[in-house]
Amino acid sequence: MFIRNKSAIAGLLLMTLVLALTLVMPAFYPVDPFDIVWGPLAPPGDAPEIPLGSDFVGRDVLAGIIHGGRATLAVGASAALITVVIGISIGAAAGFYGGFVDEILMRLTEFFQVLPALLFAMVLVSLFSQSLATIAIAIGVVSWPPVARLTRAEFLKIKELEYVKAARAIGARNRRLIWRVILPNALPPLIVSATLTIGVAILFEAGLSFLGLGDPNVMSWGLMIGFNRDFVVDAWWAVTFPGLAIFVTVLSVSLIGDGLTDALNPKLRDR
Amino acid sequence: MSAPLLELSDVEVEFRTRDGIARVLNRVGFSLSSGSTLGIVGESGCGKSMTALTIMRLVPQPPGRIAGGIIRLDGENLLTATEARMREIRGNEVSMVFQEPMTSLNPVFSVGNQIAETVRLHQGLSKREALDRAVEMLAAVGIPVPERRIAEYPHQLSGGMRQRVMIAIGLACGPRLLIADEPTTALDVTVQAQIFDLLIDLKERTGTSIILITHDMGAIAEMAERVVVMYAGRIVEEGPVEVILGDPLHPYTRGLINCVPHLEERPSPERRPLTEIAGMVPALTALGRGCAFAPRCNHATALCREQAPPLEGGDEHRVACWLHER
Repeated sequence: MFIRNKSAIAGLLLMTLVLALTLVMPAFYPVDPFDIVWGPLAPPGDAPEIPLGSDFVGRDVLAGIIHGGRATLAVGASAALITVVIGISIGAAAGFYGGFVDEILMRLTEFFQVLPALLFAMVLVSLFSQSLATIAIAIGVVSWPPVARLTRAEFLKIKELEYVKAARAIGARNRRLIWRVILPNALPPLIVSATLTIGVAILFEAGLSFLGLGDPNVMSWGLMIGFNRDFVVDAWWAVTFPGLAIFVTVLSVSLIGDGLTDALNPKLRDR
Repeated sequence: MSAPLLELSDVEVEFRTRDGIARVLNRVGFSLSSGSTLGIVGESGCGKSMTALTIMRLVPQPPGRIAGGIIRLDGENLLTATEARMREIRGNEVSMVFQEPMTSLNPVFSVGNQIAETVRLHQGLSKREALDRAVEMLAAVGIPVPERRIAEYPHQLSGGMRQRVMIAIGLACGPRLLIADEPTTALDVTVQAQIFDLLIDLKERTGTSIILITHDMGAIAEMAERVVVMYAGRIVEEGPVEVILGDPLHPYTRGLINCVPHLEERPSPERRPLTEIAGMVPALTALGRGCAFAPRCNHATALCREQAPPLEGGDEHRVACWLHER
């Protein structure tokens, strides 16, 4: 089960760490991440007031890590949610109904798939506003096609199985077949893909911020990397620590995803 | 005789295929009185399962199409009923047990959950009541320690157990008709016998009518009161079980009966050769004008190849064969 799975436990521990850092720590470390508190480019360990050093204008890197996580996680999670909701709805409808519906929805999916994702997201963000909400929506809108294709493939496979026929024979309507019969059986690969999506979304947000399209009013890990990208050679700490934070978060999410897949599979439950 | 529970007349089902239109059911008509058991036999591809799916109105459309006929359940025409009405009927008034118990249960839900699901869908019971019902049903189909079994998942049960669960799901709402589509084909012989005994017992206790679809003449002898023999989408012979088995008129029915291996008390070194029906069921798109069985029939005449025989005879015993035209 979930608890017995080693990688799931490691993932949970890491996730707890990340959540503690971003949700609890800000209360204990009330330094505004935008305040200039020191001289520029002080390396970590230089002074006890700035344990992880300062960036190119003298902002506290540790304050950025602690206060910037919330925005990164929020954007990552909501973008992943949008991706999964759009992807599963479109994939499920295409796979279940087939025919004309499938044809239309798959052409739409292909249309979104051939658009260069980062470029398209950049267009969306610069067209509307550079706010966290827009960024999350933009990431969601460009990343759903793989989820939709995966969902469709699972639905195509599962809808032909006997137990779907049997469910029809007890009087289940289409809505019920889609959500209560087929989707639960299609979940394992979708969960893996959803957790990967959270990771990708966090990286995507970092990428947008790096390109200067992040929300400039809210500190995030990606924004920190973006600010300091020109000083990588002189001040490795200002980009390495937020990068590390992103890495640990993405890793913990995918470990949890792996564990969930095993936990949700009844066949592995009593082994 | 009282009005029949189920009555099919001139039911036609067509499938659009690459080679043209296949008429998978051709003027199929029979009736079933309340509380009785009807067997439908024939080789694979003769339209047995299609008949069942048509009664449930679960023929995949497209490529299938119910082209005509009437199916009356207690006087109500199922072919003109709305889809919403059909959903009420399925699982509640007519339910179905499928051939493959290994794959007919949803692997991610416990068996109790799946039985309860059916009851809740149709009778609006609370979750608690529905689970109590599931325990009752599992007990009724002879599963020991049902309170514990309801929490188990399909992969934890044997094939026979799963088929019992399927039957429990089928009977959970107290339907008037249970269609069992080759319910024992995938099971061991000993388990087959148990399932038949169970069906007979449940039928006597609940008064549910049964349509048993099978290619096993032994199962027919065991269970059925009336038998319908199908070939290439048509009914070729119909009658009471003792007449069909004892005095079959259609060469195809005789062939099917002769195919059954005999269990001999003292097997001798030279065994009786098994007879088989030469040839195969013809492609339904390539049926000519004549009797569909003529190419495989030893008694076929020029007339058989020219014109399809009508299904004729009294109410008791009907046959579609020129040999018995009176």
